[in-house]
Amino acid sequence: MKTVLIANRGEIARRIIRTCKAKGIRTIAVHSEADASMPFVREADAAVVIGPPPVAKSYLNMEAILQAAKEQGADAIHPGYGLLSENGSFARRCAEEGIVFIGPHPEVMEDMGDKIRARARMIEAGVPVVPGYNGSIADAEEACHIAAGIGYPVMLKASAGGGGIGMQVCENEEEVRKAFQSAKGRAKAYFGNDDMFIEKYIEEPHHIEVQIAGDKHGQIIHLFERECSIQRRHQKVIEESPSPFLDNATREAICQTAVQAAQAVGYTGVGTVEFIMNGEKEFFFLEMNTRLQVEHPVTEAVTGFDLVEMQLAIAEEKALTFSQEEVMQRGHAIELRIYAEDPVTFMPSPGTISRYEQPEGKGIRVDDAVESGSTITPFYDPMIGKLIVSGSTRTEAITRAEEALTQYVIEGIKTNLPMLGDVLHNETFAAGIYTTQFVQQMKRATNK
Amino acid sequence: MKQIVANMAGTVIDVLVNEGDEVQGGADVVMLESMKMEVPVAAEVSGKVTAIKVNVGDFVNEGDVLIELEG
Repeated sequence: MKTVLIANRGEIARRIIRTCKAKGIRTIAVHSEADASMPFVREADAAVVIGPPPVAKSYLNMEAILQAAKEQGADAIHPGYGLLSENGSFARRCAEEGIVFIGPHPEVMEDMGDKIRARARMIEAGVPVVPGYNGSIADAEEACHIAAGIGYPVMLKASAGGGGIGMQVCENEEEVRKAFQSAKGRAKAYFGNDDMFIEKYIEEPHHIEVQIAGDKHGQIIHLFERECSIQRRHQKVIEESPSPFLDNATREAICQTAVQAAQAVGYTGVGTVEFIMNGEKEFFFLEMNTRLQVEHPVTEAVTGFDLVEMQLAIAEEKALTFSQEEVMQRGHAIELRIYAEDPVTFMPSPGTISRYEQPEGKGIRVDDAVESGSTITPFYDPMIGKLIVSGSTRTEAITRAEEALTQYVIEGIKTNLPMLGDVLHNETFAAGIYTTQFVQQMKRATNK
Repeated sequence: MKQIVANMAGTVIDVLVNEGDEVQGGADVVMLESMKMEVPVAAEVSGKVTAIKVNVGDFVNEGDVLIELEG
């Protein structure tokens, strides 16, 4: 693999470029007109403009990306996360053009990308899934009937959903009736697929996921778990590894179950199996992400592996060079996502960053997308960077994270830095006994 | 005539009213998408919709007129 095209933008494009450079691999950035002056474009060895700002006309424009790859002589395409990273059609088009798609087989992507199909595959494999209805629901009437059978509260979900869109907690029949059509409409608008299904809403939920990697020689290993329960609008804000909620027996069980899930679908590449866990530490399969995750750096920090390097090696059909026994969790790592948004209302805050200074120091890693003068447009995700902090213990990591937040200077737009500070200073967070409702509970307590 | 304007730059993903509808102050009339987030735009006052100035898929800037009301 001599040349890799990165079909993504922002911080993840820079992250992939970094590993490629270290490996002596030439990188090609593709970018929209809006991103022409972003750092990732400058840092790649070559850059190709692929269209106007809206993602549908640029970063989702498969043919423009493939054209750029062919013109630049790319051997492989790294899709990053989001955008085309879990698009089976794109992976097939890459294969047709003789370009390696850095990811699993298209069939696996499609099976896991459709939540209804993924649930069915996991039930077959003996992996516990959230109690619910295994199929697409026709209308609000049927949804109410099924919800009554499952028992309230329930979670209404879009089969093709992601990022919290098309998800709705319903406490009673009236709420299901009200939510069904609008959630279905949103799913159609966002994902082009309006299949809806219903799951039991898990009380005191923890979102815990397991990083896995599978080579093309049949070996699948896990790289332990990440706790991702600090969320707002169903999107992660802070992730950490190890999870402070798990005991060793539960950790072993959830990691082995993730490997079982990956084996069931013949997984190759790096991927993540997401689980939801209740207060009694019972866990259920939620979904599988067949790509690199935003929060992959916390796993890198505690295991010492470079997951992008691992992706490249697997794509080159190399065998994993280590066994499960050689993967260890050392110390503690926390990732804080820096969003361009109002820290109280979480409303987006596009604009130009007039001044940008990032923290530095022992145990601090910053993966970011921006610099002073960067413009944050309304076209893309509000995440402008990630602060990853490591320590020998969780307490040390939190202390370093608190200090690092005070070193940030981001002027010209609103960011969630104050909210991140509030979380780190919170006693419940410090105790490590928080659930996915933590942010809402913290806001309610603040407003009293 | 009162104008309902975009509260931020974004793409119109849903128009929740039709010409001739009576809307109550505080009711959502347009749904924008900005930075991958749904942002509702509400009518500040009650009135009758006399004109819809945008279509689904349009990109609007902050302050652009979305809906005109007569009240």
